[in-house]
Amino acid sequence: MKKLSARRRHPLAALVVLLLALACTGGLYAAFAPASKAQADETAQSLTIEEGKKLYSVGCASCHGTDGQGTSDGPSLVGVGAAAVDFQVGTGRMPAQQPGAQIPRKKVVYSQAEIDQLAAYIASLGAGPAVPTEEKYGDEGADIAKGGELFRTNCAQCHNFTGKGGALTHGKFAPSLEGVDPKHIYEAMQTGPQNMPSFPDTTLSEQNKKDIIAYLNAVNGDETESPGGLELGGLGPVSEGLFAWIFGLGALIAVAVWVAARTAKAKKS
Amino acid sequence: MSSQDIPEENLPAEQDTTHGAVGVADEKNPFADPGLPPHEHRIQDIDERAAKRSERAVALLFTVSMLATIGFIVSYVAIPVDKSVYVFPLGHISALNFALGLTLGVALFAIGAGAVHWARTLMSDVEVADDRHPIEASPEVRAKVHADFRQGAKESALGRRKLIRNTLLGAMTLVPLSGVMLLRDLGPLPHNKLRHTLWSKGKLLVNMNTNQPLRASDVAVGSLTFAKPEGLEEHDEEFQNEIAKAALMIVRIQPDNIKDKRELEWSHEGIVAYSKICTHVGCPISLYEQQTHHVLCPCHQSTFDLSDGGRVIFGPAGHALPQLRIGVNDEGYLEALGDFEEPVGPAFWERG
Repeated sequence: MKKLSARRRHPLAALVVLLLALACTGGLYAAFAPASKAQADETAQSLTIEEGKKLYSVGCASCHGTDGQGTSDGPSLVGVGAAAVDFQVGTGRMPAQQPGAQIPRKKVVYSQAEIDQLAAYIASLGAGPAVPTEEKYGDEGADIAKGGELFRTNCAQCHNFTGKGGALTHGKFAPSLEGVDPKHIYEAMQTGPQNMPSFPDTTLSEQNKKDIIAYLNAVNGDETESPGGLELGGLGPVSEGLFAWIFGLGALIAVAVWVAARTAKAKKS
Repeated sequence: MSSQDIPEENLPAEQDTTHGAVGVADEKNPFADPGLPPHEHRIQDIDERAAKRSERAVALLFTVSMLATIGFIVSYVAIPVDKSVYVFPLGHISALNFALGLTLGVALFAIGAGAVHWARTLMSDVEVADDRHPIEASPEVRAKVHADFRQGAKESALGRRKLIRNTLLGAMTLVPLSGVMLLRDLGPLPHNKLRHTLWSKGKLLVNMNTNQPLRASDVAVGSLTFAKPEGLEEHDEEFQNEIAKAALMIVRIQPDNIKDKRELEWSHEGIVAYSKICTHVGCPISLYEQQTHHVLCPCHQSTFDLSDGGRVIFGPAGHALPQLRIGVNDEGYLEALGDFEEPVGPAFWERG
């Protein structure tokens, strides 16, 4: 201590103190400043995008181009947004197995973390709809009856009135909505995958989308009951009529033939 | 009839099995009536114990029917309407509906099965043939009817009292006119209603989802929106009649992809408004494929190309889908620039 005290009048002492003070404040600033966190996030974000780009180069670039600009085999992905990627890859449609009239839903090949990385990369190419948060497609605050009206106006023409799907032109079809994650239904409405038109928030509001999803959960969810029993695909009077004609009338004819074929005589001829 | 000829106990003896004239085919008469084959007895005709068994079986079926009806009433009273049960292979179904259907089905089936079993095993099965009698009545009966008619005509004095006869004829002629008048209710004639819709110059396009006027900036490329004319509300009395003609499909196509020149002129920066009513028989069509711009009618598969003036590219539809000419007003809202140029929906006789 005495030694230190002896040197406090040294010509360089002020400089040393100044340096110490500066280092101290700088260190404190570095430790507490919000910028440090933002920087860390940015790094994480750019890391995600970096990882996404790697995945993209391996799995997607052959059709969609090295920078998502699109080729003759696949559309441009600039501006489609994270929601489109989450839908296409999250339902297994992408990567596509083979070109055709329509790319069907199949087994998902990427983990959700990888899908998020891909989505982050595609979103970085151009602004587009983001992946919706759970409160946007949850049942909370949804009007099921209104959702039914909206579904019949906007969706039922292709997807059938309870979302069983239906045929379109030249081998294309509107898929069944049974067992589809509400998040993916929301993303499909937002982005309009393949030949489905999009229903952006400007024409079909967020609340409208929420109502539609609640309606689908009510009529087509896992816990939906079918009081009538045999649904016959829920396709309406066509399948029901066919069933009645074939099996109802068929059973009656079979019984009539059976009754008439057995003789009541004692002596069988 | 012939059952009266049969002894009560259904004994096999003494049954007449020959009916009418039986002949043998020979050269003169190759199609002679061979008559009925000899009658054969059933076990129930011969064995009284078998007959008793059949009787019990029929009675059992009728009893089952009675029990099922009681079951129906009990289910109706006892089963709550919202109760659900699992029944293989139908899955989770309404217990009440299932019980009602099952019991009513059994009740009706058991009556039918009992009746069939009764008729086949116990009722007489002797085949009988009854020759047709001539349709003409005997001369005495005809003479009597004619005499009665003349007598009645004379007593009514219809020939003598001409006033009554003529007024009666008049009344009888006029009465059906009331029915003819009611046919007026099939009208009135549509006049030019089929040629016009609610659209007119300056009417805003209202989004059917939000009930708000559409802005041009709201409509994205590849999106599909349904619109109705401003001022038409769902609770209006004429709503269904009007929307059936005025319903619109709004899609936005990149202007470069629009092949038809007039379509491009009638659009606003690629936003095109087409009638939603199929030109074949008037089904609502909106199965729009955003990549091909084809719109498919679910009823008879008529397909229209919205990038080429609504041209019919497949199916029975007779003419292109009518397009509504649209523009944008000062505030940026989409508005109609007039009515459709041609009648919307299916063709009709005077459409031309």
